[in-house]
Amino acid sequence: MNEIQGRIKTFLSKFFASHDLQVDEDIFGLGFVNSMFAMQLVLFVEQEFHIDIENEDLEFENFRTINSIAKLVERKTAILVQ
Amino acid sequence: MKLELSAQQKNYQAGFRAFVNQEICPDASEWDRKEFTPPELIKKVAEQGFLGVILPQEYGGKGMDIITYGILNEEIGRGCSSVRSLLTVHNMVSYALCKWGNKFQKGYWLPKLASGEIIAAFALSEPNVGSDAKSVETTATLTGDTYVLNGEKKWITYGQIADVFLVFAKCGGKPTAFLVEKNSPGLSIKPMFGILGTRASMVAKLQFDNCQVSLENLVGKLGFGFSYIASSALDYGRYSVAWGCVGIAQACLEACIKYTNERQQFGVYLKEHQLIRQKITQMITNVKAARLLCYQAGYLKDINDPTSITETSIAKYFASTVATKVANDTVQIHGGNGCSSEYPVERYLRDSKIMEIIEGSTQIQEITIAESGYQDYLFSSFNTDLIKIY
Repeated sequence: MNEIQGRIKTFLSKFFASHDLQVDEDIFGLGFVNSMFAMQLVLFVEQEFHIDIENEDLEFENFRTINSIAKLVERKTAILVQ
Repeated sequence: MKLELSAQQKNYQAGFRAFVNQEICPDASEWDRKEFTPPELIKKVAEQGFLGVILPQEYGGKGMDIITYGILNEEIGRGCSSVRSLLTVHNMVSYALCKWGNKFQKGYWLPKLASGEIIAAFALSEPNVGSDAKSVETTATLTGDTYVLNGEKKWITYGQIADVFLVFAKCGGKPTAFLVEKNSPGLSIKPMFGILGTRASMVAKLQFDNCQVSLENLVGKLGFGFSYIASSALDYGRYSVAWGCVGIAQACLEACIKYTNERQQFGVYLKEHQLIRQKITQMITNVKAARLLCYQAGYLKDINDPTSITETSIAKYFASTVATKVANDTVQIHGGNGCSSEYPVERYLRDSKIMEIIEGSTQIQEITIAESGYQDYLFSSFNTDLIKIY
């Protein structure tokens, strides 16, 4: 698990109780996702990694797993660097 | 830690207060009786820039900070909860578009919303759907190059005068958001009257009968309508309502201070009676506590903190229940006069009750805040220590 994945896992662990969330585990499939969670996840990613989640990022695949969120962060960060 | 408004925020506050005292307070009860907001007032609100307060300057907005937006909501709410609800719904739609709209939507709609050239309303509730908002029954079907909407929306604040609606419908079973213009073919708008409170907010029912909406008016993506677009708008709505409740409670407090200082019973002014002083003390304390929770929510919003979502719910929950209690005590202190429309306090009581129902009822807040509490206290490292201690 890389550093970005670790930070995402730390945030998500609050919502997934004692479950040891794996990097490729479908968080929508675990049944904990509600609207409050979705908004908090967006705010967390924006604040923690200094990026903006926008219209074009609204794909469930971008938020489905720790890994997919980390890839979204890496993609957005790379765009910022350019 | 420093808990103080900046000089600029204090200046804004003074300006908002003067505007409300001059343009809103004198006529708010009449608007309530007539169930109507004069277009001249809305024009003045727009001229002040209040309809574009939170939008960035690049779109013609004021780009004010979120605390200043809160203060504006308190001051307008102190004068008239209906006018404050115009700010709420218009800015909810503006915010949702600014956050989740595409480039075309932002460029086309936001300048018009910022200037008040057009008024926006938020269309989520339905005859059969209130708190369970994900279960909207309005449907959208993609037919050729248009979406076709069918269904009904109810309790739509300022629906009678809105130019554009942010409408939530299920498209292939997926909650989705659409911008629907008032003149869209198949959309009919019916005014609603006789509402308990915020009576001047020109509430309407919307009927969609094969209402045609162009593809470019889809907001966000299919399936994201509730969890992202509606939720982010409702979060801003709760923030606005929370501050509006502080305004109602502040108006009640000021009314009680004045009334108990002028009216005598048993040969002394009401303020000399200890039970009156008890109520005044509770009001002062509760108003300050509610305002502090709003500041807290605003600060967290300002730094984009994820906990701002729950803290805004807490602020809305506390401020709305406080507003109802304070308004109830205010009517009690005013006695018979409090039951008369000659005094504004009966309006404050009716309006405060609405605040406990809109943007997530008191009971919905109790569910979500408790859930958040369990997450915080059972799973954070700090509270792991706490649990060990006990």
